[in-house]
Amino acid sequence: MKITVAEALIRCLEQENVEIIFGYPGGAILPVYDALNNTTIKHVLVRHEQGAAHAADGYARVTGKVGVCLTTSGPGATNLVTGIANAYMDSAPLVLITGQVATSLVGTDAFQEVDITGITLPVTKHNYLVKDPKQLPSIVKKAFHLASTGRPGPVLIDLPKDVAQAKIEFKYPKTVNMPGYKPTYKGHAAMVQQAAKIIMESERPAIYAGGGVRIADAAGELQKLAETISAPVAHTLMGLGCFPGDHPLFLGMLGLHGTRYANQAVTECDCLIAAGARFDDRVVTKISGFAPKARIIHIDIDPAEIGKNVRSHLPIVGDVKSVLGAILPHLKKKDNARWVERIRQLKEEYPLRYNQGGDSLKPQFVMEKINELKGEDAIVVTDVGQHQMWAAQYMRFSEPRSFITSGGLGAMGFCLPAAIGAKLGAPDRTVIPIVGDGGLQMTMQELGTAAEQKLPLKVFVINNSRLGMVRQLQEFYHDKRYVAVDIQFNPDFAALGRIYGMEGYTVDSPSQLTELLPRILTSAAPVMVNCIVDHCENVLPMVLNGSNISEAIG
Amino acid sequence: MTHTLAVLVENNPGVLARVAGLFSRRGFNIDSLAVGRTEDPSVSRMTIVVEGDDRYLEQVNKQLHKLVDVIKISDITRDAYVDRELVLIKVHADASKRAEIMQLVDIFRARIVDVGLKTLTVEITGNEGKIDAFEDSLRPFGIKELVRTGKIAMLRGTKSSSKNNSQKEGDVN
Repeated sequence: MKITVAEALIRCLEQENVEIIFGYPGGAILPVYDALNNTTIKHVLVRHEQGAAHAADGYARVTGKVGVCLTTSGPGATNLVTGIANAYMDSAPLVLITGQVATSLVGTDAFQEVDITGITLPVTKHNYLVKDPKQLPSIVKKAFHLASTGRPGPVLIDLPKDVAQAKIEFKYPKTVNMPGYKPTYKGHAAMVQQAAKIIMESERPAIYAGGGVRIADAAGELQKLAETISAPVAHTLMGLGCFPGDHPLFLGMLGLHGTRYANQAVTECDCLIAAGARFDDRVVTKISGFAPKARIIHIDIDPAEIGKNVRSHLPIVGDVKSVLGAILPHLKKKDNARWVERIRQLKEEYPLRYNQGGDSLKPQFVMEKINELKGEDAIVVTDVGQHQMWAAQYMRFSEPRSFITSGGLGAMGFCLPAAIGAKLGAPDRTVIPIVGDGGLQMTMQELGTAAEQKLPLKVFVINNSRLGMVRQLQEFYHDKRYVAVDIQFNPDFAALGRIYGMEGYTVDSPSQLTELLPRILTSAAPVMVNCIVDHCENVLPMVLNGSNISEAIG
Repeated sequence: MTHTLAVLVENNPGVLARVAGLFSRRGFNIDSLAVGRTEDPSVSRMTIVVEGDDRYLEQVNKQLHKLVDVIKISDITRDAYVDRELVLIKVHADASKRAEIMQLVDIFRARIVDVGLKTLTVEITGNEGKIDAFEDSLRPFGIKELVRTGKIAMLRGTKSSSKNNSQKEGDVN
């Protein structure tokens, strides 16, 4: 029996075990929406397509599954672009399906026509314009395969309206054939042995763990490696959560706003194992001063990351879990007592600190308090800016997939929709979105989505009435000539929350927060806490432009 | 150093845009690019000439590999290969100069493919050096128009860069 391509698409999604679609309907995608009448897949109606992409991203990062978006052509498609770029930079698996005008109209500047495959070329792992109705099932199969294997990423499928309405004989392929796509999972055996040799020769090994550890589910291997060779673990922003925050070998985040002890440990180490990390400029700052004494072993599934920014002494292309698993049997227990003692000393000498003077509410205190009471199972989702760095510095996680944040792209507005996706992906876990007053207002329409889906989010607005990180940059690099960083009108965020059916609170002192937190974090209600914080606080330590990571100030 | 890459790609719509877009957004410079179908109609072959040091070429290579439509990349620069480029040149040629131009055409083994009232159109194939020399020798007469296909290249002997020859290779490990 023949069915329409739109119906076939939904059958494909069912075959891929898709449970949730984040979307927003419109003219060109109507046939697919019509087919949604006949499925158990849940559709979550967002308030803006950017929210759909970020929500699917949050869902994907928490569940490890592919996040799916469905939008119409033209503006529906362009509104996804920030979310697609964000997923691309942080390697999140998404499949995005956009409607397109009928094939006869493609190229005529028709109503709501935009060349979305052209626009998203640089920010997708791959994309497809479906021209032949018969190709749809194999394209969907390939899209899910591409999105979720190798280095994950977003894949877009652009579906013209007439193609969606055409009828085909439906058969979902079992395998894919892509001669140009063969990701390497297993590390080269000789390289693995070489790595083990370098590690065993070292006296001061350190690990630099990135998002690849979470993606590969390699937290167990990572911890085993660290404990076997007594190597402290420094994390990228994406890597936080992959190693227990209360472990003596835990160094927290490294780089521009990293802990002094993480940066110092990397500077002093004689062997650096980079696992699923890409030597981003926010981590490395100055290339010549990064791990200058170390032999660098770089493990990544994406060969193009190797040697892109920093020359490594030993590259291993492969899946972090598989490669670490292969290295481990070659290692013997090492105590490195002097090195471990040095790490302990560094942590004691250069702790993270802030000045809790007076009765004002310090943002760092907010992070410490939430961290203390959030529970092991909670998922923290942040936006971008100062609060994000404070959360990364002051919060501790014991599980991977507990800290969700926009890293590579640094997209303000990510937090709220991503938290919605996270909560839908992990309904039994407490989800705590932490967001600035600037970033919340970029996507706060999604409060409507959260209310509609009855999601008890515990939203904390770190409200300094400033674009705090930009203010900090102007303070350091533009002689305190502040331009366009004061937000002179903010709504009452507590009242805003109440309008959307949440409990709304405003706190501006440590005692108020301390009193409020235990009650709201354990309640079943959605909550918005407007935290009025000291607007003069800077994120410290900070490595100034052109300096080595060991030369942080503050 | 100048490198010649033979790149096999799936003959899909948009594949040229993917490759060209990659070069521009990563800041790689293309000296020349020629593309056309191969013995297998589902596969196209691009000959891309790029200039840069080894590290630069390593990135070009790896980034090209990340494109799903790219099947195989061979940097044939260091192997023995035959390369050719086809050029059409329309040159000023009034009656007094024609004999001289035709003599040059003979010497370079080029061909006259069209004769106008005051022009001759000449076709020449060859490697870059030969074509540059020919162009230089015609310049004094006045070149009205010139078009080059870009270089195509093939390995000498039985070695080949075709699809069946090997799997996707070059992932530096």
